[in-house]
Amino acid sequence: MNAPALSTFGLSKSFGSLAVAREIELSLPSGARYALIGPNGAGKTTLINLMTGMLAPNAGRIMLGEENITALEPQARVRRGLARTFQINTLFPGLNALEAVTLVVAERRGIAGAFWQNIAVHKETIEEAYEILAKLRLGDDCYQPTRELPYGRQRLLEIALALATKPKVLLLDEPAAGVPQEESGEIFEVVASLSDDLTLLFIEHDMHVVFRFATHIIVLVGGAIFAQGSPAEIAADPGVREVYLGKRHHG
Amino acid sequence: MSLRDVSARPQQYLQSLSRWHPLEIAFWLATLLPFVLFPSYLSLASQIAITALFALSLDLILGYAGVVSLGHAAFFGIGAYAAGLFSKFVWGEPFSGLLVGAVLAGIFGYASSFIISRFRHLTLIMLTLGLGLLAFEVANSAHWLTGGSDGLQGVSILPLFGMFKFDLYGYTAYGYALAALFLVFLGARRLINSTFGLALRGIRENWTRMPAIGADSRAHIRKVYTIAAAIAGLSGALLAQTTESVSLESISFQRSADVLVMLVLGGAGRLYGGLVGAAIFMIARDQFSGIAPQFWYFWIGILLVTVVLVLPNGILGGLSKLWARWRGE
Repeated sequence: MNAPALSTFGLSKSFGSLAVAREIELSLPSGARYALIGPNGAGKTTLINLMTGMLAPNAGRIMLGEENITALEPQARVRRGLARTFQINTLFPGLNALEAVTLVVAERRGIAGAFWQNIAVHKETIEEAYEILAKLRLGDDCYQPTRELPYGRQRLLEIALALATKPKVLLLDEPAAGVPQEESGEIFEVVASLSDDLTLLFIEHDMHVVFRFATHIIVLVGGAIFAQGSPAEIAADPGVREVYLGKRHHG
Repeated sequence: MSLRDVSARPQQYLQSLSRWHPLEIAFWLATLLPFVLFPSYLSLASQIAITALFALSLDLILGYAGVVSLGHAAFFGIGAYAAGLFSKFVWGEPFSGLLVGAVLAGIFGYASSFIISRFRHLTLIMLTLGLGLLAFEVANSAHWLTGGSDGLQGVSILPLFGMFKFDLYGYTAYGYALAALFLVFLGARRLINSTFGLALRGIRENWTRMPAIGADSRAHIRKVYTIAAAIAGLSGALLAQTTESVSLESISFQRSADVLVMLVLGGAGRLYGGLVGAAIFMIARDQFSGIAPQFWYFWIGILLVTVVLVLPNGILGGLSKLWARWRGE
């Protein structure tokens, strides 16, 4: 049996006396589609920050495949195949989509330091970047500065930047956050069309989306894993209903 | 054909961004005008070219990578003293002196880049300021070597190629400084239009995202800081050689502040910003100080405040906006 694509052991983090992650034990099998749900302030984004190295844990271990990545810098984790997107757009406002994705591909190929060559000599890099954009239906908009793109397109670019790192594991922090419901479908269709080899964990508040796209659900409450299981198990879990599903949906 | 055409091939599009604009060619042709139109101002012209080169080096770190420095004169001064001392004690041949100045400043730049690349914002400004002041005091106190506040005397430069003496009128000096400026500019232009240039803009546009795309921003900053320091050293060496002296002013805080002002005036983050800013600043200083030598910073102050308030992207930023509007209609 292969090692899980991503796993954590006893992962804990607190800010002063406030514990934002308690003994988190996760295991994402290769190719899985996991949803991470939980009320506001449950520590979902914190967990992504811990796994990607943007926050340092107080205790615990993070494994990417069979490698312990707990002490690695964020960029080193990305190079090993662990990428993320951000809930709040974290893009390059002054670059256009083609430049931004070309930058990511250039970083991955190790040619981002080549200051003596015109960028246009890296034909394959540029074409790979364009292919990623075209796949995410951003091909037509890729010459427009990011800050001028409609918000929904910017959300797609968030995903494009992460995909361009060729991740094995992709963590999506509310990919459709702030997008009107009628447009969020397009974003999740893109997510659903990603390669089956890619292991996926996404945070999402819309339960219709969660139950439609996730193969497995993790419920986080107060920084700890409250429940996890298949969508059917989670839907039937009375405790989950009480703390989360029973309440009004997050606004 | 519009570049926004869907059909434009991505590679061709990126290539087109680095194509020479006719205005650029006109700009460089215009730099030759002083030889024929203002032969009595060639010394000033050579100072402008040298300062423009210095401003270009600051633009690489500030305008592109977003690294603000208040101590960039340290590298200018290191280059100036290195070239001056080299000519005094070793050899007066100008090209080897330039190389010595650039390499030494580059080494200091590389060493300090390990600190610089870890910080941003106010901390970074204070760090560069502090390092700049340190460099100044070292030069000031090493009187036996640098001449301290009396300046370094006895710098003597051999004729260029063994043929062209550095004359009083500045023909050789301007030709030399302009050639150096142009060649380094070509290199900087290539750098900006490379994947590395793109990475620098990425750092400027979003520092937080860079690690999340697998980029090592610190390594990029170390690299560009070293390159910028070497170019600053080269410009300092040029000044030492063309004036055959080095004063303490060349490593002073005032010079660090002035070059920042020039870059902001001209427009940071555009290759010609530093060049245009340096020309405006130096010509204004020359003209105003003829009228009232003590008060000429008053006018620079007014100019700076006006530009920052009215044209946040500098004079070139304002012009390019006007140009875009004019073409759009």
